[in-house]
Parts: sequence; structure tokens; C-alpha cells
Amino acid sequence: MTVTLFIPCFVDALFPRAGISMVEILERLGHTVVCPENLTCCGQPPFNSGYWDEARAVAGKILPSLDGTDAVVIGSGSCGAMVKKFYPELFAKTPQEELAKKIAAKTWEFSDFLAGKLGVTELGAKFPHKVTFHDGCHGLRELGVKKSPRALLANVAGLELVEMSEAETCCGFGGTFATKFPMISTAMGEVKCASATETGAEYIVSNDSSCLLHIQGLLSRQGNPLKTIHLAEVLNRK
Amino acid sequence: MSFVSQFKSAASVMAKDLRHRKIIRTALGNYEIVRDRRKASFQDWQGARQLAAETKWEAVNHLDQYLEEFVARIEARGTKVHWASNAAQAREIVLQIVADKKAKSVIKSKAMTSEEIHLNDALEAVGLKVVESDLGELIVQLRKEAPYHIVFPSMHLTRDEINVLFQNELGSANTNDPEELTMIARRALRSKYLTADIGITGANFAIAETGMISITENEGNARLTAALPKTMISLIGIEKVLPKLADLALFLPMLATMGTGQALTCYNTLYGGPRQPGETDGPEEWHVVLLDNHRTELLADAEQRDALHCIRCGACLNVCPIFRNVGGHTYGTTYSGPIGSVITPHLRGLQDWKHLSNASSLCGACTETCPVKIDLHHHLLQNRRNSVKQKSSLGEKIAFKFFAYGASRPGLWKLGMKMARWLQPLQTLLQRTPLDPVKPWTQSRDLPPLALASFKDWWRNRK
Repeated sequence: MTVTLFIPCFVDALFPRAGISMVEILERLGHTVVCPENLTCCGQPPFNSGYWDEARAVAGKILPSLDGTDAVVIGSGSCGAMVKKFYPELFAKTPQEELAKKIAAKTWEFSDFLAGKLGVTELGAKFPHKVTFHDGCHGLRELGVKKSPRALLANVAGLELVEMSEAETCCGFGGTFATKFPMISTAMGEVKCASATETGAEYIVSNDSSCLLHIQGLLSRQGNPLKTIHLAEVLNRK
Repeated sequence: MSFVSQFKSAASVMAKDLRHRKIIRTALGNYEIVRDRRKASFQDWQGARQLAAETKWEAVNHLDQYLEEFVARIEARGTKVHWASNAAQAREIVLQIVADKKAKSVIKSKAMTSEEIHLNDALEAVGLKVVESDLGELIVQLRKEAPYHIVFPSMHLTRDEINVLFQNELGSANTNDPEELTMIARRALRSKYLTADIGITGANFAIAETGMISITENEGNARLTAALPKTMISLIGIEKVLPKLADLALFLPMLATMGTGQALTCYNTLYGGPRQPGETDGPEEWHVVLLDNHRTELLADAEQRDALHCIRCGACLNVCPIFRNVGGHTYGTTYSGPIGSVITPHLRGLQDWKHLSNASSLCGACTETCPVKIDLHHHLLQNRRNSVKQKSSLGEKIAFKFFAYGASRPGLWKLGMKMARWLQPLQTLLQRTPLDPVKPWTQSRDLPPLALASFKDWWRNRK
């Protein structure tokens, strides 16, 4: 299968290891990966802020580059939701409506592509640590991704998964919300971090780097030794 | 101070209040356990939600017909029906009835519509004594506060605080035993029912088919409010109408499940008219005030019409991480939490209240829990879009135009990434000073360094 891998802007700039792990895993499974240069940003920041014209200007440019392969795989539930769920709405009644629908239909969040679409849950990974999993809200509620990451983690050698009581509670990131209402965002993050800490895990694993950016930012400010890591990196450890 | 400044300053205080966070977490932790137990007793909870949403959709889409049917039936039994377009009209109608009856005191059962139109203030302004008979409402009334939550008005208070309040306001003995505190309130209230000239209620549902209203409660106070005074007034939002009596078979257990985690609340009463010839009790006169107050504007909004499905169960507030961290009073609205953030801009003006739609991470927990399937968090997104379309902020507009220009030009984007990498050491130097350009982030959180080589750098090099 030829797969267009869309590495979100902040993963590109801040967490390249997560993106590299996705390429290596997909290629090891025998797929051809393409990463067009002009996949910059999905347009979610202006979209979520209400600036849909500006979001369309960004998304309209990258939309044609997402076409031409068998599937589009996105390394974040949040950007995945943008393409799969919100592009058809954003481009409704525009000349790109059909293309947006076509792309949406073949778009997958990374873990769901592996476990849901390909039916692959065993990747021969080894990660001998106690971890807890954070469900990013967009992946969980817009895309319904809940079982796939856990099915993948279940087959990682040495890994012990301890669920936290607030696994499905928002970490408080929410894009521009985090800087528009930092006091609320921070309080939400504190609740999340406290719940993760309670589990005694060494790592918080997630399929969404944007949440991990927020959680890690708080943990390190708190001096909390708990670490964060993207699911793809865990699945790529030997 | 503008509404947004009030919200931000209240949120700044509440979000740091660890005592508040703990009280709410404990209260809602208990709620979650009983709610989930009740949900599990439905044979098919998702099917029940779907049916409830379809029933409300039918009711709301034929609101004119169902309202007329409802009104014709209750009028036939001698009820006086009043139509109020807005809050001021609704207040005038009630004040006129009060004046006609030469009433001196009013007893009320819980009604969010009365909060919405600020009825108590209007009644007290003409010299009436108004008593809230719902325990939670009585507590916040004694504290001169608005209800904290649409179902649990005083959930932010501990029993020790209620003990002190009752000692000060009702002259009761020192106790923090919940049962004794309830008995203190009960004793204080009993005489009020007997002396009140008018009883004011809300309604949870209005049944078109039979011309009845349904009131759900746990304390029996609404029954006494409706039965004892000679005149009864019910203040009802027009969206409360349900087509058939049989619809209650779904909606009563659903409201109890999501509202309080009960199979059914202790009392569910149907009222179909004032005292009929030959009957021994009930009010001599019953006035029903049907309140629009911008609901028809919401009805005209095809995208957000489903917000009129709301049965005011409060379930979306209970799961909302924003509500849980800032509390009900911070919103400064009658309806708080996700449903409040969705409808307040429609009820009170988009530009004044758009900040509530922005104050959300769009996590969607509200939409997931809503028993009548209101697309709550997407409506927040639509409110954001609509507010920008109507009037955007110049700074934000320029920023996003600039962003869109760069993000649609890969060469420029690449250059921007490089520049950000060069500039980051400067930001690190400025961190924790007022000059930090990303201070809203860094005042409470660290920012990781940009990678020396981005993913795209790696991808280009390996080809």
C-alpha cells in the first residue's frame, strides 16, 4: 500500500522522533510512505478560532497533496479529526467539497490505521516500563479511537499498562485555548498530571503529541519525574 | 467591567482554588457512580438517547402545533395561559397577577426560568416576600447567591458552611448532620406554604396530547407549592413541550438518571388544570406563562436548533472539565457549563458572550454524555465562527492571515521554522519576564526546545 504520511507541524518541529518512528514502522510493514513537502499545517488553529476563511486558505493548498495514494495516515488524533471530520464541513459548498470528502474517507489516525485498518497489533516492540495511556479528546471522541492504541500496547514486550482514573479527561491543551485561557488550561492539566502520577507509571503514552506537549510542559515545571512519549516511539523500540 | 473580563478574573481565582476543586470532585465522583449504575439498567442506553433526541426533534420542529395543542387542552380545564416574548413581559405578567391577587408573599419551587428572567428581584422590588422551597435553592437564596448548578444549586458548599448559614439566618442550633439540617429547613418552610398567597413553579415537561405539565422533584416541596396557595403560576420555556404522555416513560427515568443518578426522582407530578368542581384541593387559579425569551431565534438557527432539546439535567456540566475547574458562578449566566456556553450567546448576545464558546478545549465530553444528543461542542465551534464572521478582532485576523499566507507556501514555512529555531534562545532569555512573547504558555508550563533537525529535515536527508 502507498501511504501519504501527514506529520503535523508541531510534531515536525518539536517531536521529530515520533514522525520518524511512524515512517520506520510503516516501511517495516512493507508499505511505501510518501511525505509531500507542502504538508505544512492542517489549518486547525484558525479553524478552531473561528477563522474559517483562513483555515480554508491553508487546508485548500494541502488538500490536493493528500490525494493520489491509497491512504492518508496522520500522526495525531487532533489533526486526523481535522482532516477526516472537519474538512468536509469546511469545504461544504465549495469546489473542493468532493475532494475533501474523498480524502476524509481514506484518512486514518496512525494507531487506528495499524490496528483498525491493517489489523496489525504485533510489531515486535519492547519497552520494559510501567506506562499509563492518555486518550487525546479529538482521537477519542471525533474519531472514536479507543481500542487500537491499547491493542498495540498489549503486544509490547515488558510493557505494563496501568489505566488512570482520568484517562478520558481532557488534558487542557485545546490549541489556542491554552494561551487564551491559560488559568483554566493549567488547572485541567494539573488534574490530568495528578491522575497519571497516582498510577505510579514512569511514562504517559499518547497517540497525540499536542496533548503530550501540554502535559510534559506542566510536569517539567512541577519537577515531576514522570515522562511523556508518543505511542509510535514506544512501538518502534526494540 | 466587561463580561469577558469578569469571566477571566473569576476563572483565575477559581481555577487555583484547590478546596473548591476537591469539593466538586468529591460531589461529582459520587454522582458518576450512581449515574453509571442507572445508565446500565437501561436495556440500550444509546438507543434510548436516539429515541429521546428524535422525540425532541419532532417536538421542536413542530413546536407551533404542539404548543397550540397543549394550550387548547389546558385552557379547556380553566387554566389561564399567557405568552411572554421576553423576560420583561414575563415579569410584567407575573407582577400583574400578583397585583390582581393583592398578594403579599410568594412561595416558589425550583424553576430555572425564574432565574432567567430575574423574577425574585422583580417581586421583591414591589415589596413581596419570596421564599424558595427547594432546599438547595433556599440555601443559595439565604446566601444571596445565584444557583451554582442547574440541578444542584448549592453543591459548592459543605454541610459545615450550611450549618453556619442556618444558625445565622434561621437561628437554628449548631449541627452538621445532613438530616437535622434538612429538618431545620423543613420546619422553616412549612408555615410559609400555608401563608403564601401564590405558588410559583417551573415545569420539566409540557405534554401536548393531554395538556399537562410534569414536575420532577425529590423533596415534595413543589407539590406543596402547587397545592396549598390559592393561586399557582407556572413559568415554562416553550421548548419544554413533548408530543405524548407516553414520552414521559422515557424522559422521566432519563432525566433522573442523568440529573441525579436515580431510577426516578421521589416525586413526579402531572398538573392538568386548577381545582375542578367537586375536587377538594389544588389552586383555585392556575396561570401558565409560556416564555420565549429568544428561544425562537435559536429555533430559526438550523445548525443549533437541537440546543432546544435540552431537558436541563445538568449532565454536561458534571462532565465538563472547564465547569469542574472554574465552577458555576464564574460563568455569570443563568445556564452554566457547556449548554450555557452554547445558548447564552443566543439568549443574551453573541459579542457579549462569545468568550464562553472560546473558553473550551472542545474536548466533547459534553456531547458524549448529553442524553438528548445535543451537538454541544460543535455548537461552540459554530459560535466562534459566527462571532468572527460578525466581528473579528483585528489583531487575531492579521495573525491568522499571516499564518495562512506562510502555511500555504512551503518555502516560507521552512524559513519560518528555521527562524523560530534561531529565535528560541532569545525567548528562553526572556522567559519569566514581561517581555516573553509566549508568556501565557510559559507562566505555568515549560516549552520544549525546537528539534535541531525537524522531521522534514530528516525526510529530505534520507531521500
